[in-house]
Amino acid sequence: MREIDCETTFDRTPRMKDGMLRKIALIAIAALSLTGVVHAAEGGMEPANVRVDDIAAVQRGARLFFNYCSGCHSLQYLRYSRIADDLKLDEKAVADSLIFTGAKIGERATNHMPAEQSAAWFGKTPPDLSLEARAKGADWIYHYLKSFYLDPSRPVGWNNTVFPNASMPNALWELQGLQVAVKHPAAQGQDAAIEKLEIRTPGRLDAEQYDQAVRDITSFLAYAAEPAAPKRQAVGVWVLLYLAFFTFLAWLLKHEYWKDVH
Amino acid sequence: MGTTFVRLHPRNKVLAWIEDRLPWLSFLSAHTTGYYAPKNFNLWYYFGSLALVVLVNQILTGIFLTMFYKASAAEAFASVEYIMRDVEWGWLIRYMHSTGASLFFVVVYLHMFRGLMYGSYKKPRELVWIIGMLIFLVLMAEAFMGYVLPWGNMSFWGAKVIISLFGAVPWIGDTLVEWIMGDYLPADATLNRFFALHVIALPLVLLLLVVLHLGALHEVGSNNPDGVEIKDKKKPDGTPLDGIAFHPYYTVKDLFGTGFFLLIAAFIIFYAPTFGGWFLEHDNFIPANNLATPEHIKPVWYFTPFYAMLRMIPAKLPGVIVMFLGIVLLFFVPWLDRGIVKSIRYRGLGYKIALGLFALSFVMLGAVGAGITAEKIPEWFGPEANVTTIENAFGRFWLIIYFAFFAFLWVYTRFGKEKTKPVPDRVTTHA
Repeated sequence: MREIDCETTFDRTPRMKDGMLRKIALIAIAALSLTGVVHAAEGGMEPANVRVDDIAAVQRGARLFFNYCSGCHSLQYLRYSRIADDLKLDEKAVADSLIFTGAKIGERATNHMPAEQSAAWFGKTPPDLSLEARAKGADWIYHYLKSFYLDPSRPVGWNNTVFPNASMPNALWELQGLQVAVKHPAAQGQDAAIEKLEIRTPGRLDAEQYDQAVRDITSFLAYAAEPAAPKRQAVGVWVLLYLAFFTFLAWLLKHEYWKDVH
Repeated sequence: MGTTFVRLHPRNKVLAWIEDRLPWLSFLSAHTTGYYAPKNFNLWYYFGSLALVVLVNQILTGIFLTMFYKASAAEAFASVEYIMRDVEWGWLIRYMHSTGASLFFVVVYLHMFRGLMYGSYKKPRELVWIIGMLIFLVLMAEAFMGYVLPWGNMSFWGAKVIISLFGAVPWIGDTLVEWIMGDYLPADATLNRFFALHVIALPLVLLLLVVLHLGALHEVGSNNPDGVEIKDKKKPDGTPLDGIAFHPYYTVKDLFGTGFFLLIAAFIIFYAPTFGGWFLEHDNFIPANNLATPEHIKPVWYFTPFYAMLRMIPAKLPGVIVMFLGIVLLFFVPWLDRGIVKSIRYRGLGYKIALGLFALSFVMLGAVGAGITAEKIPEWFGPEANVTTIENAFGRFWLIIYFAFFAFLWVYTRFGKEKTKPVPDRVTTHA
């Protein structure tokens, strides 16, 4: 695990500038969420409230990801230069603080962990996370990262309530501290059910700070899963406005022609 | 004859030269300004032209996707992500194509329901209906193979499950499955041939069938919400009293409909391209893996009613037969329905109820096939509930309703049980 100063040293670029556009886009998204389709497929989890358009959060998430996660997990479809562009970072800052593999700025965020050996170490090769937020959902990632607990019965000593018997240890234990499971007394012939998770040894962050850090990582992974999303949402407004105008003209045209029809 | 063919003689010398040898302008004119359609089309009559709009969208966006897509098991998934990330506007083209696929089925299902509502399958339009059903069949094959191409995990397992259905064919089943896949599992060979079929073979068949669908329609003329034959009452000039030229009247009307439809489509493309996992499924963002079965293997929403038919029958071969029948019976609707009255406006109450239940059964079977019932049953009946038993009871009930529609339709009309209302001489409304 690399040493990291948690107070991120990135310039905290304010959120994207095209404010009005973003507002319209947000209204459109809000209207959509009202219809419920966006969250229709999510489980019953408390929402992670991830915001991909919060560039400062995504930057902090990138920093955390490359320091704590990228040793094992690649982002094989994401180029460093794309990160620099999208997160408003200059390429030197990315090269200095995000690239630990010696990769060039235009290359993809792969890693050097040999798949066969990592499978032997963990029981499973750590998966590429480029699309994790689209496959599992941002809420899942957020809760997964908060739900590790010490379990000596597991090969790497960790278990997870969101993904039971996961092969992954808690890579963020320095930040979160050591979490243990508090169990109900076991009924006869049954395994004890987990009542709640509790921090036994505090880490460098308190609970609130840790939630924020995990939310930042999740934001970054949500961004990484679909880097085109902010552009998609920004362009969409203009397309919808154009189509609304076009449809209105077509309606006028139709009425003009149909005056003859009795 | 629904069209009026007038030989045109363009003033422009070049056009005239061509027209004398190949009367393409006369042909186009016969099928637009010379095609008279009833003036009382309502909302339901937009979906035919919208299906054409979507077809054109699928072909155009598809052409651009093939420029970057790699039809190989090793590269397909990455090439789709390449399109989504590195190709300029690739994400837009891909979302237009994936959203278009789902919307294709939305408009086609509504178009088919319209046909059932207003009796558009009845004499003399039986062939229009039959060709339309063939389009639906080819469209299902086209959509299925297209879904396999991104080579996500649901592509793989969906392909495995659907292709294995051919294994139910007696004697040759297993050989047939291997022959289709070109391997023992869906693999590189499968993907490659599905690509060939998806981008060349089936689109060609689809285009041909669409031409035939329109050709047959223009021969017999369009039906309308009153189910009145407009050709029966003509003006002195020989054009129908209640008919208006398709161009310009319906071209401008369909232009408005298209604009409205594109607004909805654009909203999905830009703000909900996965549509909450319904248009692009979560499991398909994981690369194909023959060792990791998705938790719930299910087809995309538009196949779920038929998938439910398969699942509600306990044995494989009977299940496949029932599913197949669920589609095949629709081909025979023009002959199962012996009623003379076309439009639901003047048909008996029995038909109205039966058609409503039929549509509802399709939606309910869709919910079963999509796994919605399996998810909701523990919520509604408590965690102790036996999901399989309740789901089977529910699904089989709607399965029976679905098939009962066809039986009812024949009995109801063959034995004169239907009490119809008088049909007006002329169309009653216009929009």
